[in-house]
This record gives sequence, C-alpha cells and structure tokens, in this order.
Amino acid sequence: MGKITGSQAVVRCLQEEGVKTIFGYPGGAVLDLFDALMDSDITNVLVRHEQGAVHAADGFARVTGEVGVALLTSGPGATNGVTGIATAHMDSIPLVILTGQVPRPLIGNDAFQEVDIVGITRPCTKHNYLVSNVEDLIPTLRKAFHIARTGRPGPVLVDLPKDLVATKLIYPEKTPIHLSSYQPTFYPHPVQIEKACRRIMKAAKPVLYVGGGVILSNSSKELTELAEKLSIPVTMTLMGLGSYPGSQKLSMGMLGMHGTYTANMAVAESDLLIAVGARFDDRVTGKLADFATKADIIHIDIDPTSISKNVRVDIPIVADCKNALAAMNKWFDTESSFKPAEQGERLKPWLTLISEWTAKHPLAYKDNGTIIKPQYVIETLHQLTGGQAIITTEVGQNQMWAAQFYTFDYPRHFVTSGGLGTMGFGLPAAIGAQMAFPNRTVIDIAGDGSIQMNIQELATAKQYSCPVKVAILNNGYLGMVRQWQELFYCKRYASTTMDVVPDFVELAKAYGAVGLRATTKSEVEPVIREALATNNLVIMDFKIEREEGVYPMVPAGKANTEMLLV
Amino acid sequence: MKHTISVLLQNKPGVLSRVTGLFSGRGFNIESLCVAETLDPNVSCLTVVSRGEDTIIEQITKQLNKLIDVIKVTEINDKDFVEREMVLLRVKAEAATRAEVLRVVDIFRGKVVDVSAKSYAIELTGSASKIQAIIDILRPIGIKEIIRTGIIAMPRATKTK
Ligand SMILES: Cc1ncc(C[n+]2csc(CCOP(=O)(O)OP(=O)(O)O)c2C)c(N)n1
Ligand SMILES: [Mg+2]
Repeated sequence: MGKITGSQAVVRCLQEEGVKTIFGYPGGAVLDLFDALMDSDITNVLVRHEQGAVHAADGFARVTGEVGVALLTSGPGATNGVTGIATAHMDSIPLVILTGQVPRPLIGNDAFQEVDIVGITRPCTKHNYLVSNVEDLIPTLRKAFHIARTGRPGPVLVDLPKDLVATKLIYPEKTPIHLSSYQPTFYPHPVQIEKACRRIMKAAKPVLYVGGGVILSNSSKELTELAEKLSIPVTMTLMGLGSYPGSQKLSMGMLGMHGTYTANMAVAESDLLIAVGARFDDRVTGKLADFATKADIIHIDIDPTSISKNVRVDIPIVADCKNALAAMNKWFDTESSFKPAEQGERLKPWLTLISEWTAKHPLAYKDNGTIIKPQYVIETLHQLTGGQAIITTEVGQNQMWAAQFYTFDYPRHFVTSGGLGTMGFGLPAAIGAQMAFPNRTVIDIAGDGSIQMNIQELATAKQYSCPVKVAILNNGYLGMVRQWQELFYCKRYASTTMDVVPDFVELAKAYGAVGLRATTKSEVEPVIREALATNNLVIMDFKIEREEGVYPMVPAGKANTEMLLV
Repeated sequence: MKHTISVLLQNKPGVLSRVTGLFSGRGFNIESLCVAETLDPNVSCLTVVSRGEDTIIEQITKQLNKLIDVIKVTEINDKDFVEREMVLLRVKAEAATRAEVLRVVDIFRGKVVDVSAKSYAIELTGSASKIQAIIDILRPIGIKEIIRTGIIAMPRATKTK
C-alpha cells in the first residue's frame, strides 16, 4: 500500500469510525486537515465560534449516542473550545476533539498561536493526547474513539502538530484495541445483583433514582421493565429525564432543587433508594445530611469513583447500567419466590401515598389573565409537538421550566447542560441534533440572556438549512439569578437586568430566519403553530411574566423536604 | 490519618501532571511524592503520602485508578510493605558537639557525606519514624537544613505458612 499524508490518514480514520458529520473551524494549524476533508464524504459544519463547534458535536452525540467530533485550530481556536469540552465532560458525553498544534520543532517556544491545550484540558477531558510520532497518529485516534465511547463516556482531545499531519505514512491496519490500564467493568458481580434483588424484595418504600447513565448506556428499556415488573416509582435527574416515560404512572418526575414535591418526599421517606447511573450531585441531594436518611442505598454505576463519593452506599454495583438492569430483570424472572402481582399488592400503600402527594402538590403555576406564563409556553410546545420534539435548552429558568413542563417520554430527547450549566449551549446543541436528524422537530428553549451567548450560530443553522426552532422565554432578566436575588438578597437585582436587548424578531430576519413574537397568552398557540409549520429557522420571542419563579425550589443548603412551593 | 499509596503508571510525558493535577484539582493533599522508572522502562512507580479520612483516601484511590495512564494503585500498610525514606541533614558541628553528632549518626547507621569546619552533612535512610527520631535528637544540637526524598515502598515477599 502506498503512503498517504497524515491528514489523509486522519480523514480515513474518521471514516473508519463511521463519522459522517463533524463540526469545525479552520485556521493555520489545521489547513492540511480541512484540505484533506474536502476530498471525503464527511461534512464539516462550519460554525461561527469554536465553542459552538464543540456544543454542536455534543448535541449530535447526545441525540445519536455516537461519538461527536469537532476540529479546531491551535491557540485561540482550541481555547475557545474549552467551555464546550468542560460541558461535555461534566455530562459524560462522548466526543473526540481534534486540535491543530504548531509544528513540533516550535512546541514550547511560544510560537504564533501556540497554547498547551493538552495541559489546559487535562482536568476537563476523559483523556487527551499530544501526538508526537507519526506512527502513533492513527493508533492514538483509534484509542481516542475507544476511550470516548466506552466505560463512562467523555470527551477525548487529540492535539495534532501541523508538521506531523503533513508527514507521509503507511495507513496501519485496524487491530483490536487493548489498553492495559483502561479496563472498565462492564458486567455486574452476580453476588451483588442477588444481594440487591433480595433487598428490593424486602423494601416497603423503594424508589428508583435514575440519571444520565441510563440514557448514555441506552438502558431505558431495561429500566422500564424493572420499574414496571416491581411497581417501583421512578424519579429522574435532569440528565435522566426521558429514561423512563414521564407520562407513565410510576414516574414522579425530577427530584432535587427544582424537583417535584412527590419525588423529594418519596426519596425522604424511602426505605430503599436504587440509584442507577446517577451521581448524587448537590443539586439533587440538597443538604446531604438530610438526604434519604431512612433508606438503604443500592448504587449501580460504571464509574467506581461515583460510588460512595457523596453518600454512603450499602450495595454497590459497578457495571454498565444496561447489563446490571438486565441481570436484575433476569434474576426476578427466574426467582420462584418473586410474584409481580404480589409485589404490586405489597407496594400499594406506598404507591397510594405517592399519588396522594402528587394530588396535594402537583407541578403547578398560577395562570391568570393575558400575561404569558413560561410554563404555559412549554406545555403548549409539548402539546403541539405531541411530545415528540428534541428539546435543547439554554441555562437558567428556561431550562428548569423545560425540564418540569415538557413531559419527556423518550430518552435522547432532552439535551441540556446539566453538570456545568453552560449558557449558550442550547442553540449550537440544537444544530448538532438537527444535523443528526434533519426531519425531526428540534426546539431550543432559550432565555433572553443565554441565547445571546452563542447567537452567532444562527448563521450556521441557516447555512446548513437546519430548521431549528428557538423559543425565547423573554423575561428581560438573567432570570434564575434574579430569582435568587429576589429570595435571598432582598430583591437587590444586581446586574441581572438587561436594559438593552436586541429585537429578536428583527434579528431573526437579519439572519434570514423567521421571527415571531407573542406578547399575550392568546398569541402563544398561533405563534407555535406557525413556527412548527415553517421549514426554516425560526425565533419565537415570548414576552413572559417578568418575575415568574421556578417552583418548587429547595433553597441552597436546605433539605429537599424544605421546598418552597408555588 | 496518614496513608501511603503506591501507583504504577505509564512512563510517558505528562503522566505525572495528571496525577498531581488530580490531587490539586480535587483538594487532596500531598505530603510527599516520589517517582522513578521501574524495571520495565515503560512503567514508573510513584509513591505518594497523603493525609485524610478513610473515605477521602478511598476516593483518591478510585480517582487514581480512573486515570487512563494508571496501571495499578496499591494502598501501603507497614505490615505487608517495607517503607523507606532518605534524608540529607546539615547539622551544626562545632568543637563541642562534633563528637556527639558523629555518635548519633553512628547509632542510626547514617553516613557523613560532607564535612566543613562548622557542619556535617548526614545521609540517613530508614522508616519515617526512624528519620523523625534522628531529627528529634539532632534538633537541640542544631539542624541547619533538611532535604527528604519522600517515602518509597515495596511489598514484602509473601511468606510461606
Ligand atoms: C456561561 C455562564 N455564565 C453565567 C452563568 C450563571 N447563570 C445561570 S442562569 C443565568 C441567567 C440566565 O438568563 P437567561 O438566559 O435570560 O435565562 P432565564 O433564567 O431568564 O430563563 C446566569 C447568568 C451560567 N450558568 N453560564
Ligand atoms: Mg431571561
């Protein structure tokens, strides 16, 4: 076989990994790579800012389950990508980020557009590499994909010096990847499974507390089977929404700071908490000392560091959630002393108590007069999309209302920056999702503040004919911060009022998109109908109740049972 | 509680900073850290001494294991491991105390490695407690400088019962 350039080899390797779409932005250090891409069938989505590239690759990965790929130039290109990388890292999203680097002889010399991106991203990647020998190029890329998508997924960055990708090499044949020091535990220990199942059979008030791990491991089916076989109520974290159908009876919705009354009460009263692919984040637990104090805890996670990190665990199960849940289902199916009907009967008092909580304090908001309530906008979006849309969000109140009021029935339909809470995530993520599924409805539920953080990506959406629908819940505030100021800082609204905001309808037009506005409740439905009927990029500007709050809310440092209700 | 952790890692550039970055990023403390190549030139051994509750040490161990370049993490206890540290001490050695210093060095089986009119430089290896003991004894005489390597450790050969 003849020699090809490093760049050509990179492109070939991407093809070998099944990559069809990448998100990137060019520059001096990656000229060769972009040049080689032109001769391939891979589409590069030319974003308008490198943060957008990484978020878009992230959105693509979240909705498809595949590895998202971003290609950035050295120096400022790479540093612009860092927020995107950290966002993906916090939410365990599989990405491969390729960055250009200055030629090897210049590394360490403060060369033009040189930055130690491997050093900078060390704490916010699953792993990263600087390739320094041409024979390592393809093996390193293959390892990067392998590490990104296996175990607890995450972003892997590969830094590619310009002279190295210009060097010729013989493309190495694909051999199985073996990394002696990276061996995730995929299969659960049968003893632990049995222990867990026997404990579940004794529980009077069990709760399934499920997180993003269930979605990442594609185990919604197994989770649903387990929940329904055992009549166990389910609460989901922000990252876990959609892993169990939100409209089903056993769903208690989200837990934690803005969780439902039912979910937080159920966890507090539970005698057995079964955590699956969740990590006991502080936004979930509230005051740790008061979290699930009456419960034994079973914790299934592929990452041992998540287990017993914040909360002591009684029965740890290190495994891929899918395998662990499947093993539990199988255990119950073959255990003669287990009868689903009896189990359902046994848990009746518990399920009754739960429905009483929901009846007493359902998710609610005060809807009066003609002013638009943001929750109403989300409910209407849900209704008019039949709950089928892919929803991305920005960060703040908009994100929480989306989580609370768009009832998610399917996994990989809710794309939100959970761990890092990155404003500016939603629009580029929506573009990534739309590139993956051109025919599906993709809606970015946005705030007037957040949308301005990556608004330049409207041009990207337009260029690649992504008919993303942006729904701005326009309260004229950095609303979530304002809510904290209202509650805990005597209503001193320090730097949360944006006095100058663009006219989003005119702005849409400037980008060749459709701009729509609703200022009264009765205009909401027609605006959404029109947006959904439009095969173009749309911005909907909903002028909502300015000081609406997100409730329930657990004040920081308080127990989850000390919720402020509507 | 003081804990010694031994870590086998890939002997590649940047790996050490992954380990130290993990400690600083997660607020784990490092009392000493010692690293060098093993018999296999592709592998280095790092010995780190940290202080913390058992749950913290458990987190440290798990987090170290999670690093892609880490091959093996072992928690060291003095029953199953031999622990050694080396120290270089510069001690005041004037007419009145020169003999006394030499006697102490001799008792601890140390070595004088540098001599001047007013001081001795002493080399000593031993367990952490032995090193602490000589420091305590020499301090009243006058220690001018201490350089310690940090602990290294090796598992004891398994004894046949
Ligand atoms: C990049 C970034 N900067 C700052 C914050 C802190 N922050 C969290 S929510 C929020 C307000 C968001 O305002 P807006 O997008 O209008 O959403 P709203 O809460 O009003 O719905 C801010 C500033 C953040 N999460 N991300
Ligand atoms: Mg706002």
